[in-house]
Amino acid sequence: MAGKPLSIGVLALQGAFREHCRLLDSLGAAVREVRLPADLAGLNGLILPGGESTTMARLLSEYALWEPIRDFHAGGRAIWGTCAGAILLAREVQGAPPQFGGRQQSLGLLDATVQRNAFGRQINSFAAPLIVQGLDLPFPAVFIRAPAFSGAGAEATVLAEWDGQAVMLCQGRILATAFHPELSGDARIHQLFMKMAQEAQVANK
Amino acid sequence: MSDSQNGMPQQTDLNFGFAEMFKGGVIMDVVTADQARIAEAAGATAVMALERVPADIRVDGGVARMSDPKMIKEIIAAVTIPVMAKVRIGHIVEAQILQALGVDFIDESEVLTPADEQFHILKTEFKVPFVCGAKNLGEALRRVAEGASMIRTKGEAGTGNVVEAVRHARTILGEIRSIQARPVEELMTVARDLQAPYELVKYVHQNGKLPVVNFAAGGIATPSDAALMMVLGLDGVFVGSGIFKSDNPERRAQAIVKAVTHFQNPELLAEISEDLGAPMTGINIDDLIPAERLASRGW
Repeated sequence: MAGKPLSIGVLALQGAFREHCRLLDSLGAAVREVRLPADLAGLNGLILPGGESTTMARLLSEYALWEPIRDFHAGGRAIWGTCAGAILLAREVQGAPPQFGGRQQSLGLLDATVQRNAFGRQINSFAAPLIVQGLDLPFPAVFIRAPAFSGAGAEATVLAEWDGQAVMLCQGRILATAFHPELSGDARIHQLFMKMAQEAQVANK
Repeated sequence: MSDSQNGMPQQTDLNFGFAEMFKGGVIMDVVTADQARIAEAAGATAVMALERVPADIRVDGGVARMSDPKMIKEIIAAVTIPVMAKVRIGHIVEAQILQALGVDFIDESEVLTPADEQFHILKTEFKVPFVCGAKNLGEALRRVAEGASMIRTKGEAGTGNVVEAVRHARTILGEIRSIQARPVEELMTVARDLQAPYELVKYVHQNGKLPVVNFAAGGIATPSDAALMMVLGLDGVFVGSGIFKSDNPERRAQAIVKAVTHFQNPELLAEISEDLGAPMTGINIDDLIPAERLASRGW
């Protein structure tokens, strides 16, 4: 594709943001780390990486990033959350810290409930060849203290399931994966997201 | 994911990947479920459950061991973030007990009294990931070869003095840079000199980093200490006595979390560092007699 490369931001408050940056860079995207609201300007898409969702939520509040990210999406841009990032996207979070009264702040952009640590603690983390709708061959999916989705609304499509639980959802310009495509060295889901961001950019013109 | 078979990630990859998730974060020492809750609310990426923080271990003396499983279970029940816990160097059975309890990460730590002065735990025998301390690159690579999924500087725990953590970080990162500059044919000699496995020396030469996540620990007491370790090139920080031995643990914990994210932004760091109450008092390392130095435990 000619002209300016696609500009993708990666939320860099905490977690595995460098892995996403490296993969995006290898795919020819212009990559920017996002820590403050001003960093969102001019981006075509945003990735919310894996890490600790409670840590990221706290830092999103401290630096008033919740609304700017919602506005970013409302402005016609694509957002992808992996693991903790997917938790941040969901309408409702289950398994929030008991001390928070079982409630955890989220962006509410993805019409689904997310269950934190749905597959157990680190000792239960696993990797599996995942059948993903739209991909020819199974994806080597890494699940680390991974969440799972339930109660997805009519707008959301389940792209992959594991053990009867939804682990990958797509809803308009929102993509959510409970696993970590940035860790397996397979760039197909990053390519999928870049296509989403590209299509959103074209639609905005 | 170099050691994958059939293209599918293995247990090592799951543990290495898990360690990646802590990057840019703060792991906090806690001795009660209440402290664990404060740490989680402040934005800790994990808590380290232990019986006494290093500063108290120094004062109390005696043998420091793995914590009571009851206390570890209480902490696991109190928070949703990962829970780590410490075992004595070489204490295989303490590690088996922690794995059975469902702890997410084990720290084979020089802060506790070593159970074995010669041999570390063979961590590849475990499913649960381990973090180990190191003062230099050879030590770090020996621990990785034994199966550690994360390395941290030893620093000098319980002193509130960052100087040893800086020394260890400078040493490890400096040795990595010097290996990168060496021609390939010299790497076997480098491996001999470092007393480190050749394959791992080659990895460092090719990639310019450790094969695992590299954290700072031992003496970090302020947001600027934490930011300093990030500026030096480490991936995140452990804070032990620095939080709950300070005047206002809650605010200090929140400030250190913010400092690790915004370490490149001095204006924000100035705001973050303001009005936190007194930090832990701290100890001048030169005043420690050699036997009081925890960093010299392990090899």
